[in-house]
Amino acid sequence: MKELTPEEIIKYFNDKFKEKIKDARIEKKSAGSKKKEFFNIWLKIDKSIFKEAVKHLCDIQFPHLAVISGNDLGENIELVYHFSIYYGGRLKEISVNVSVKIPKSDPKIESICDIIPGALITEREIQEMLGVKVENIPDNRRIFLPKNFPKGVYPWRKDEKGPQKLVRDIYE
Amino acid sequence: MSEKTTYTLPIGPIHPALKEPVAFEFEIEGERIIGVDLKVGHVHRGIEWIGMHRNPIQILYIAERICGICNVCHPIAFCRAVENVADIEVPERADYIRTIVAELERIHSHILWAGVAAHEIGFDTVLHLSWAIREKVLDLIEYLTGNRITKAIFTVGGVRRDITKDQYPKIEEALNYYKENFDALKSVFLDDKSIQMRTKKCGILTKEDALKLCAVGPTTRASGVKKDVRVDQAYCAYGDLDIKPITPDILTGEINGDVYDRIIVRLLEVAQSVDLIEQCLDRLPSGDIMAEPKIPKLLAMLKRTEGDGIGRAEAPRGEVIHYVKLDGKNEAPYTWKVRAPTYNNLLSWIPMLMGEEVADIPIVAASTDPCMSCTNRVTIIHNNKKEILDKEELHRLSIEKTRRLAI
Repeated sequence: MKELTPEEIIKYFNDKFKEKIKDARIEKKSAGSKKKEFFNIWLKIDKSIFKEAVKHLCDIQFPHLAVISGNDLGENIELVYHFSIYYGGRLKEISVNVSVKIPKSDPKIESICDIIPGALITEREIQEMLGVKVENIPDNRRIFLPKNFPKGVYPWRKDEKGPQKLVRDIYE
Repeated sequence: MSEKTTYTLPIGPIHPALKEPVAFEFEIEGERIIGVDLKVGHVHRGIEWIGMHRNPIQILYIAERICGICNVCHPIAFCRAVENVADIEVPERADYIRTIVAELERIHSHILWAGVAAHEIGFDTVLHLSWAIREKVLDLIEYLTGNRITKAIFTVGGVRRDITKDQYPKIEEALNYYKENFDALKSVFLDDKSIQMRTKKCGILTKEDALKLCAVGPTTRASGVKKDVRVDQAYCAYGDLDIKPITPDILTGEINGDVYDRIIVRLLEVAQSVDLIEQCLDRLPSGDIMAEPKIPKLLAMLKRTEGDGIGRAEAPRGEVIHYVKLDGKNEAPYTWKVRAPTYNNLLSWIPMLMGEEVADIPIVAASTDPCMSCTNRVTIIHNNKKEILDKEELHRLSIEKTRRLAI
């Protein structure tokens, strides 16, 4: 496949998934004296096409998955997958940030370890930190939290399942 | 015919090689490693959670303390994330000063690593030689920023201290010192027969594995994946500079992905950093060093900002990424996620260590330059009897292997 511009990447996703791509924006930034540019793409997609979308991205180039971040948005949990493609070429890298909302009532997402094995650590992290069940994850154990950390408490949550009760004084 | 029994060899959480805790569990058959499992999180301090209760300027100093060695890349990545959310334009001069400081950090970190690697295979004279050479750059960092380690030079929208013309002679002197000593360092590490025997064909990470496991930094470049944020993206002054990704074939013409290749990549990157700093000094533009020098005004502006952004930077160990979400209501960010390079390199330890010998564990584990923590004791469970191997013992095993090979 020929190298796509950021606009073409968004079109590439829109053509395939239509209205399931809920929002797409391109962030253009520049730095230094010569003001060379770089691009961040932000895609908001529907949960139902999540895995297909990752496969679709892999068709462009095998992406580098930096990490998955998570936001507790009240009713929903938003997961942001920070991918990048076209690395290795001088100033060619494009960050593709794919965000997907999942309801707190049924917090489940499919594992992408079968496509990108390097996702394992970060998937284990969102599982223990946000209480999101990652389906078909090859290794279900905790990663950063100790064994004796209470069950049902998720440090990144901002609701009653958050860690507030465990913290006594944050000003010290 | 009797079946071969395998043993479990736990190493850590106090680690055989470096300074921070990680726990390995090896399945061994004789001397060979046939299974690797690892546990991390012993030093998880909840730094992101602490940050989510503080304002962005306060977070800078917390970010700087995530890691003692890469204390430049975290503030850069955090600043870039916030600047991207709030659309702050960094002055050109600040971009160049950021680059100079980041490259000074790379020099000290890579030489520090070279010393550790030599120590792991029992070459303590080389450890002292490399660390003596490293002192010069620490002195220079102290001269330029006021501190040897935590530099406190970054701020959202620029840098806090300028580099003036009268400081140039000292910088040039230090850079010349590294140019003069580079060949000595290179021949010690790359031409020595014992180092070659311990590091060639050892701890191999194939290009395919490096890509699939999303490895970063010199670890992935030594396997032939050209991934370097400085080359891939225009951030700080890197977009203006002449820079190519360093892979081992530049020197040897081949890529093996072994420990030796990782030494090559880091050594060549020291020379590259010296070159980049010289380019920066030549082109250093004049002008302001901060987009907004009044901190209360900056904080008030950030408080009104809503949106999310990421910042990437190339640390000595690889790509760092920070994600920041500001909600437009609070001073503290709604979400702050930090991902350090070793996080992505954890999984690459597994293919590297498989099939190696127990005595190779320290050098292979150290070869990714892990930034977590360190080891003191190892327990071997042998026929249900516990034998404790302390760090000295493990280190002794490694030295013995070097001696055996040298004879």
